[in-house]
Amino acid sequence: MNEAIILAAEGEVNPIIPNIWEIVVVAIAFAILMYIVVKKVVPAFEKIYAERAEAIEGGIAKAEEAQAEATAALEEYKQQLTEARTEANRIRDEARSEGAQILADLKEKAASESARITEQAHVQIEAERAAAVTSLRAEVGTLATELAGRIVGEALTDDERSARVVDRFLADLESENAGAAK
Amino acid sequence: MIALALPATTQDEGGFVAPTIAETHLPPLFSIGSFDFSKHTLLVLLSVVIIAAFFMIAAKKGAMVPSKMQFLGESAYGFVRNSIGKDIIGGRDFMKYVPLLFSIFFFVLINNIYGAIPLLQLPTFSHVGGAYFLAIMVWFIWIGVGFKKHGIKYLKLATVPSGVPWYLLPLIIPIEIISNFLVRPITHSLRLFATMLAGHLIVMVAGAGIEFLVTQENILLQGTSLLVLAGAIAMYFLEALIMVLQAYIFVLLTAIYIEGALHADAH
Repeated sequence: MNEAIILAAEGEVNPIIPNIWEIVVVAIAFAILMYIVVKKVVPAFEKIYAERAEAIEGGIAKAEEAQAEATAALEEYKQQLTEARTEANRIRDEARSEGAQILADLKEKAASESARITEQAHVQIEAERAAAVTSLRAEVGTLATELAGRIVGEALTDDERSARVVDRFLADLESENAGAAK
Repeated sequence: MIALALPATTQDEGGFVAPTIAETHLPPLFSIGSFDFSKHTLLVLLSVVIIAAFFMIAAKKGAMVPSKMQFLGESAYGFVRNSIGKDIIGGRDFMKYVPLLFSIFFFVLINNIYGAIPLLQLPTFSHVGGAYFLAIMVWFIWIGVGFKKHGIKYLKLATVPSGVPWYLLPLIIPIEIISNFLVRPITHSLRLFATMLAGHLIVMVAGAGIEFLVTQENILLQGTSLLVLAGAIAMYFLEALIMVLQAYIFVLLTAIYIEGALHADAH
């Protein structure tokens, strides 16, 4: 301790006693630095950080948007595909039922047509038969009368003759029939 | 004090004269009244110019893809902002303290690094005044932050730890007051100052030792100066590490003190 006192007396510096001017110098220098840092340095770096973050986040947002768009388009296509499929099925079903309907209609028509033709044929046959019967009936009378007249006119004595008369009658009848048929 | 006094006792014997602390204070370049404009003053002002110029040029372009210099500036800024501000103070309000932490870190760092640069060779904080100023400024700031955040209740939060039995409080409270409010600024400033002064003294002692040994007449004694030189180089790298480390520690403690004041209710 004695030495220290001697040293102090000799103008020796005690290292933990500050020089007031050194404090002032550091204080002023630090204040200037602090001012520059607050006003310029920190805002400049924060701006760079913010811009970079924004650029990256903007890119991400854009990518997300594109993704969403693509998803929406895919969804739309799927929907359209489903719709088209439903439509196709519907059309096919319709066509099938329509075909069946047409077939049924045709079948019905054909059946009715054949029935109509058959009916018509029946009617015609009946009419022809009736006509034949009528004409036969009229002719049989005449024939009988004629036949009787001839038989009577020729005198029925000669057997051979009467047989000839009958034969001739029948031949006439046949030839008449053949003529009528012609 | 004994160690500091040693040179005085050996001075008269014509042997090795170790440099004294007084020699860390160089004669002023010029004086205005009692104000001495010294190398120390010049270096302090120069540090402001270096830091401001570097970071303003680095950030000037503000390019999305940074140049090498901008990248360096961004990394340095990001280190203080994220590794110290965000990680320690955290929350939403750490940005408020980033300019302070940034200024302190680079101010201390550059002023320390001076000690490792040939010719400059003077860590500014080997003079205690600057260290006192920064520590006291930080002391005012964190106490101010504490009172602003918690009001008068901050006194209780800072001195009465929760979960302590009542009968220990008369013992704990004075300890807390002394350790938190009185010892902190002293240790905060002296830690920086002492490491810088010690590093500076080692350089001076090594330099003086080499000079002394080289001027000896005995060739063997001259040869031992090489050993001193090797030791001095090793010490130089250790000192360079300590210079960076002390700047980091100083700003780390600043952030821790502020965080402690902000979240005094959680501690």
